[in-house]
Amino acid sequence: MNSKVWVLAKRELSAFFFSAIAYVVLGVFLAVSGVFFAGEIFGPGKEAQLRDLFDRQAFILVFIMPMLTMRLLAEEFKSGSIEALMTAPVRDWEVILGKFFGTWLFFLAMLAPTLIYVLIVLFYGPADVYPILSGYLGLVLLGGLFVAVGVLTSAMTRNQVVAAVLAFLILSAFTFLLLGITYKVTGTWQRVLMSINIYERFGEFSRGLIDLKHVVFFLSASAGVLFVAVKILESRRWR
Amino acid sequence: MIEVKNLTKYYGPTLAIDNISFSIEQGQIVGFLGPNGAGKTTTIRVLTCFMPATSGSATIAGHDVFSESLEVRQRIGYLPESVPFYPEMRVREYLQFRGQLRDMEKGKLKQRIGYVSERCWLSDVFNRPIGQLSKGFRQRLGLADALLHDPDVLILDEPTVGLDPTQIRATRQLIKDLGERHTILLSSHILPEVEAVCKQTIIISGGRIVAKGSIEDLRRQIREHSRLIVELKGPKDSIESSIRGIESVKSIDVTPTDGYLRLAIEVAERSDPRERIYELASRNKWSLREMRLEVATLEDFFVRAVAQQGARAAAVAEA
Repeated sequence: MNSKVWVLAKRELSAFFFSAIAYVVLGVFLAVSGVFFAGEIFGPGKEAQLRDLFDRQAFILVFIMPMLTMRLLAEEFKSGSIEALMTAPVRDWEVILGKFFGTWLFFLAMLAPTLIYVLIVLFYGPADVYPILSGYLGLVLLGGLFVAVGVLTSAMTRNQVVAAVLAFLILSAFTFLLLGITYKVTGTWQRVLMSINIYERFGEFSRGLIDLKHVVFFLSASAGVLFVAVKILESRRWR
Repeated sequence: MIEVKNLTKYYGPTLAIDNISFSIEQGQIVGFLGPNGAGKTTTIRVLTCFMPATSGSATIAGHDVFSESLEVRQRIGYLPESVPFYPEMRVREYLQFRGQLRDMEKGKLKQRIGYVSERCWLSDVFNRPIGQLSKGFRQRLGLADALLHDPDVLILDEPTVGLDPTQIRATRQLIKDLGERHTILLSSHILPEVEAVCKQTIIISGGRIVAKGSIEDLRRQIREHSRLIVELKGPKDSIESSIRGIESVKSIDVTPTDGYLRLAIEVAERSDPRERIYELASRNKWSLREMRLEVATLEDFFVRAVAQQGARAAAVAEA
């Protein structure tokens, strides 16, 4: 990571720890995970797997990730601090990547406490480590893409609520909304829809399959979204 | 050091800067003076690479602000009008962050942070979060940030706004001291500030430059328009014709004021007809109750220049 990106990411990461919304998101995520784990997964006679937890987490993230990302650029536009940022000798892509990595690292910090469920499941049951690892990989990649979308929508507006709603709409379009249509069509259409459906691809990770083409999907989609975000930020210099 | 040529900026349909040109040489302290909405902040934002111009060009230290934006930004220290900040960061952390963004080497950064904190009176609040600071402190933090990397060019937008009189004086002195080794563009609507600190002024109004030059030059222009205020009691016609008869009198404006006639007399440069007028008054037995020479200030000049620009703009709009 380029040093300026790291400086920006560090600042962004510590800013999250001072943000009330970030704690709400953290709390909701861990509470949902915990309740689900305790209720649905951890019980006598049940299968020692975390697949259902991962799926549940991927679902809740569509709702809460936009809340985490909404302030990233929108707040800077609103408060005017964007002026100090853009008149410093920092490139626009460094700003975007800094925002992205800072948020993604916070997301990792959010995931970290759930490792305790891994320990519990490995301790109590004959659990397969591999699907758990692939599940986490899937979450990490999914989280990356969700953060990228959030960075993009935050760069489009001064209004945090608009940024959050827009991110939510985009994410839900490529997840559950798509699911609704995917099985109503057939043939080529179905294949196309499945390939852009985030949950379809994520599902493979949570089921224990690490397929390179899915990894590439998440990474390149994230890169593409961030590229657009950079262009949007740059466009402010052209107006 | 700073070259601006035919710079124009439209915000949608609104013309904010209209074909302005000026140049600032190395080591100069130049005051950018103008009423609110004149285009000062817009021009500054173009120079600091925050916004692009619609047409024209601007270069700082030989680098074009549009095509070599990064080089320009490395060489300038900018204090924006609305001091930006992150409320949760502490003063020390913020300066560290800004220094690292500028690729400053660790040891040098530490030393510079110490230096600017002292010169900008931030030592007391070094560990306080910015959100807890008053406007004055935040203003000083913005100034410290602009000075941090010891840039060649300083662009300061209203640097003493929000400071108390002692700090204002000390800041102005600080700017003057800095002027010895830096090129400074200072934007202000506080005339005495520009008079006190800057050697050169650019007066801007309605997006156009209405005057440029050293303070001395502008003062000389003003002296040409000094006025004499005289209050006399007597017959209007003979008073007017006698006074008009004085060679150095250029024009007279007469207003009756409770029994007396108040004359605002425009006098030619460097002449002083007060003795003549006194002689005339005593010879003709006109009661003389006031006579003073009004030396126009930079403020009058400014107000007049701005008004002229306003009239010109209105005429154009009507045409």
